[in-house]
Amino acid sequence: MGRKDIQLDHKVISELIKAQSTVLDLGCGAGDLLYLLIKEKKARVQGIEIDEQAIYKCVAKGLNVFHGDIDSGLAEFSDKSFDYVVLNQSMQQILHVDKVLVDALRVGKKVIVGFPNFAHYKSRLQMFFQGKAPVTEALPYQWYETPNLHFLSIFDFKKYCRTKKINIQRSVCIGKNHKILFLPNLFAQVGIFLISRED
Amino acid sequence: MNKEKKIIKNDSVGLVKTQEFTFESLKLQSGEKFGPVTLAYETYGFLNPEKTNAILIVHALSGDAHAAGVHENQNNPGWWNAFIGPGKAFDTEKYFIICSNILGGCKGSTGPASINPRTAKPYALDFPLISINDIVNAQKRLIQHLGIEKLLSVVGGSMGGQQVLSWLVNYPNNLRSAVPIATTIKNSPQQIAFNEVGRQSIMADAHWKSGNYYEGPSPSRGLAVARMIGHITYMSDKSMAEKFGRTKKVVAEPFKFTADFEVEGYLRYCGDNFVKRFDANSYLYITKAMDNFDASGGRPLQKVLQGILAKVLVISFKSDWLYPAYQSKEIVKACKLAGVQTTYCEIDSTYGHDAFLLEVEEESHLIRHFLKKVFYAYEVTGDYGA
Repeated sequence: MGRKDIQLDHKVISELIKAQSTVLDLGCGAGDLLYLLIKEKKARVQGIEIDEQAIYKCVAKGLNVFHGDIDSGLAEFSDKSFDYVVLNQSMQQILHVDKVLVDALRVGKKVIVGFPNFAHYKSRLQMFFQGKAPVTEALPYQWYETPNLHFLSIFDFKKYCRTKKINIQRSVCIGKNHKILFLPNLFAQVGIFLISRED
Repeated sequence: MNKEKKIIKNDSVGLVKTQEFTFESLKLQSGEKFGPVTLAYETYGFLNPEKTNAILIVHALSGDAHAAGVHENQNNPGWWNAFIGPGKAFDTEKYFIICSNILGGCKGSTGPASINPRTAKPYALDFPLISINDIVNAQKRLIQHLGIEKLLSVVGGSMGGQQVLSWLVNYPNNLRSAVPIATTIKNSPQQIAFNEVGRQSIMADAHWKSGNYYEGPSPSRGLAVARMIGHITYMSDKSMAEKFGRTKKVVAEPFKFTADFEVEGYLRYCGDNFVKRFDANSYLYITKAMDNFDASGGRPLQKVLQGILAKVLVISFKSDWLYPAYQSKEIVKACKLAGVQTTYCEIDSTYGHDAFLLEVEEESHLIRHFLKKVFYAYEVTGDYGA
């Protein structure tokens, strides 16, 4: 895997993680992010993934992975088992998000969340002018086949953290292939947050 | 045809021979000293000079040392032949594979049918009650005898999986990885119940005679029924429906309770076949060892596994209702809490418990890559072979 082929969100998450950390990836898919973290950060990693075919891909990469759902998989870890718990593109697909985030903040010293921004201007335009549920690069599914259960914006997540007294340590908002600094809730496709219970 | 033959030959370990290893005595978990003990075993592939490529494969209830290849003048390949051979999951070009018949078995290792040197007669019920840990302690002696300090892996399904857990708990420093498949930390009441029905069936056979049947007819009916019950629990509702449906057999001389359905004929065939190769007393002793097994000896397994460096691969099968996935998940949970590096996969299979012998492709994929990782101490830092 060349440096060029690495997804931007993976690159951003990798930059947020200190070398030689322990990382739990919830919904790790085929394990590309974990593979990157081992190579670049010498991290000790563990994945949880519900899809059986993705498990086979993880195992072929030499990764440790548990086959199961995130909700029950997380509850079994003791407090502060990992330096980082990652929920990249999986949070919006979990039934009980609030419960999982509370648990993730218990199991990990820090949590990294990455999700598609529902308030991206393209979504807004489609809603406003075409009167349809948005289908964009970051939200590529039709309404009848989407695995996403929750639709939130960068603004929503910041508000959630404020309400729940969760500390946002870093946030990086990205577009298709670059970081977005100006009006991220309007121009970013994906929001990535490093959060924790501590200051 | 010639080409086909060649393919079969190329990925088979070929002609194999069962060997024997005998040692003076073994201290059993009960405190009793028992001996002499003979273990029948087979090996495939070659031990490397560093002795780091040895894998112990442990068999299930009715298995034996013959895991792969064929014996001279016989056609039957070993019970895990699809997994063991050049280029297969247990690649005999890379690894040295050992499989032994368990203590208490009846396929060459010392068991209740063996001759007691003190009486010159079969032990029968003078054979001591054995545990899974005793079985493993005997295997440990064999491994020492072969000059191996640390196994690359110990792998087995069902009761074999119980042995794997026993290895992991009792000899964590003598293995680099463990693969318990379709197994449990301890048998559930349901599993004990099925085993008990099997035992009762044997003991209810008039030929059983409190185990002293070796000079007369064997309790074949009882053992056959035990095996029939076993086979029902090894399959799934779906696999039975697919294999037999409600298809009826053509029977030459029907009477009222003839085996009308295919499934009846199959079970009878399995039962009758089993009694030709298995000893009823062995069945009693081994199932009892399974029922009494508790991997962590009553303590929470995560406590026992704390600090273990071995890597673990746990595999279960969706339609397995005899050793359901939740039991494998309990093993995974303990590994999780103990911080043991673990991978778990529940393979989507309709074969029921038998899947661990039949789901060749998926299971092979998991085992092959897992072993590769452990063998090359590969932490995804680069390419496998490097």
